[in-house]
Amino acid sequence: MTQYTLRRLLAAIPVVIGVLIVTFALARAIPGEPCTAMLGEKATPEICAAFNAEKGLDKPIYTQFLIYAGEMLRGDFGESIRFKRSVTEILIERLPQTIELGIAALSIAVIVGIPLGIISAVKRNSPADVVTMIGANIGVSMPVFWLGLMLMYIFALVLKDTPFQLPPSGRLSAGVTPIPFYEVYGWAADPETFRGGLFLFISNLYILNSIITFDWTVLSDAIRHLILPALALATIPLAIIARMTRSSMLEVLGQDYVRTARAKGLTQSKVVLKHGFRNALLPIVTIIGLQLGLVLSGAILTETIFGLSGVGRSLYEAITARDYPIIQGFVVVIAVGYVAVNLLVDLSYAVLDPRIQYD
Amino acid sequence: MSTTIEPSPPSVVQLPPLDDAAVTNLAEYRANSLWRLTLRRIFRQRSAIVGLILLGILLFTAVFAEVIAPYDPLQPLISVEDVRKRDAPCIHLLGCPEDQPQHLMGIDGNVRDQFSRVVFGTRVSLYVGFITVTFAVIVGTLLGAVAGFLGGWFDNVVMRILDVVLAFPFLLLAIAIVSVLGPGLTNAMLAIAIISIPAYARVTRASVLSVREMDFIEASRALGASNRQILFGRILPNALPPLIVIATLGIATAILDTAALSFIGLGAQPPTPEWGSMLAIERNQVFSAPHLVFFPGAAIMITVLAFNLLGDGLRDALDPRLVHGSGVAKE
Repeated sequence: MTQYTLRRLLAAIPVVIGVLIVTFALARAIPGEPCTAMLGEKATPEICAAFNAEKGLDKPIYTQFLIYAGEMLRGDFGESIRFKRSVTEILIERLPQTIELGIAALSIAVIVGIPLGIISAVKRNSPADVVTMIGANIGVSMPVFWLGLMLMYIFALVLKDTPFQLPPSGRLSAGVTPIPFYEVYGWAADPETFRGGLFLFISNLYILNSIITFDWTVLSDAIRHLILPALALATIPLAIIARMTRSSMLEVLGQDYVRTARAKGLTQSKVVLKHGFRNALLPIVTIIGLQLGLVLSGAILTETIFGLSGVGRSLYEAITARDYPIIQGFVVVIAVGYVAVNLLVDLSYAVLDPRIQYD
Repeated sequence: MSTTIEPSPPSVVQLPPLDDAAVTNLAEYRANSLWRLTLRRIFRQRSAIVGLILLGILLFTAVFAEVIAPYDPLQPLISVEDVRKRDAPCIHLLGCPEDQPQHLMGIDGNVRDQFSRVVFGTRVSLYVGFITVTFAVIVGTLLGAVAGFLGGWFDNVVMRILDVVLAFPFLLLAIAIVSVLGPGLTNAMLAIAIISIPAYARVTRASVLSVREMDFIEASRALGASNRQILFGRILPNALPPLIVIATLGIATAILDTAALSFIGLGAQPPTPEWGSMLAIERNQVFSAPHLVFFPGAAIMITVLAFNLLGDGLRDALDPRLVHGSGVAKE
């Protein structure tokens, strides 16, 4: 197992190097100079030369790449051209939003999708099954951005002044400010240190922060703001998970040992959940792992629609503004995270199915 | 001094002449060719039929867009008719006064007939789906087939490059590629095509690897077939069923992703009647003119649904694990 983990980690290295090269190349290949994109009409050749010298953009391309690769490996993502702040700082501020959104969406997808799939499989061809599968087919075909806008219309306008009214944009209502947990408990958070960075990161996860500080006003407000974007983002993964659960369960429920379990007189729930679901889990976990890319892609659209400045939207804006350091830093973090999650999914197989042995 | 070895007489089994019954059987067997069986299985899939019907309607709409659309999709109706921008739909059957001009989906922000634009949008989306996937399938299949067939360093290099492509969330990479190439429908399609190449390459490579060492390939080689003949004549046809399935599902994804790129302003540019960009232009009006957001999005959904249903049906029909000809889907 350890050996397998090490081998997989080693195999991930060329992929990460490839990601570094592609990101660097793509960022440089975007037409237009960062100087003119940033300074607009003020950008005279002299000013641009000074600008490029300051940002190290006047060095040969391979020198730029080596400097960049070295900095990336040390975890130093440089300074944003547009915001004149360190990329790490911006990442600490914005990544938590996307993580919150992504976790909320995936949780909805898993918590709703798996039971729906199980029910569909157990009550095969029943009205519940037919409705679920039609719903799942429509769900995978829905454009995220359209669904988001429609949800906004329904919950912010049609249901206005009812208990179901939900805010259409932002993370918190005006006037609601979360107090970082480290201030509540009187700890220092120096952004220069790793500990401080971590504290800031956690305090930007509003939901987690408000739970630690027992601030129920902020918690309920943050959750209310999160529902619509999370629903929009969850729909496609939910449909995919429900379908995979159903077909995987159907395959397992037809096996002999399930019949044996029934013959032993076990209750239906024991047969379905312990004998059936436990063995149907492998493909379901695989498909959940694969949803991460979908969620990150969807986050770009969802964040744009719901006015959230998370990683997805920041990246899109950085590409339009040719803010190389942000593009590079964010993309590398996302891609590495993606590779890491895929590795975790592979490793979880051994836990889920003891018959699988890696050597 | 040489000795000649007498060749032993070949052992020939004399088959009895075919009688009438056998001839009829043979004819029947031919009539039940693989293609016919496959078609019959496809038509037993409910989802495939629904998908085909939807697709038929969409194709009809795309081909006869000029006939179906009551107005020019690009022509503003200012001073042509008494309509204002973002007027709600006016349908005579649903009680809209007869003296007002009928606009099934209302009027858009540039005083154009929304229904005509949605109708012409069918053309754009189907075109996008077919062209993008065709390109990706051709490149992906070639890469995967050659990589799987040759193996060795070429295989390694190609697959690692494809791994890198897969390490990015697809929309992110698409945005980056379009930023490099410049916004526009063609470039958006190219970006989506590049991103879908790995899927086709992997499927083809897997099929090639599973067939490569089989006896009938060995036999072809012994008969003196060239590498090219073996790859394209013997191996690739075996990879066809899974490719058809993922290509059909891929069209759905391509349409959805191109619409997403258009939505963030990187794909089709106004005034092209493309559903994603129509949605993008009016998205801030969702509270005041929801019909301008609803209809293009619903059109995307129906089109994507058609290909998804067809793809699902094809998968069930072409799945070799199913009992031959039974048509009973596993799912």
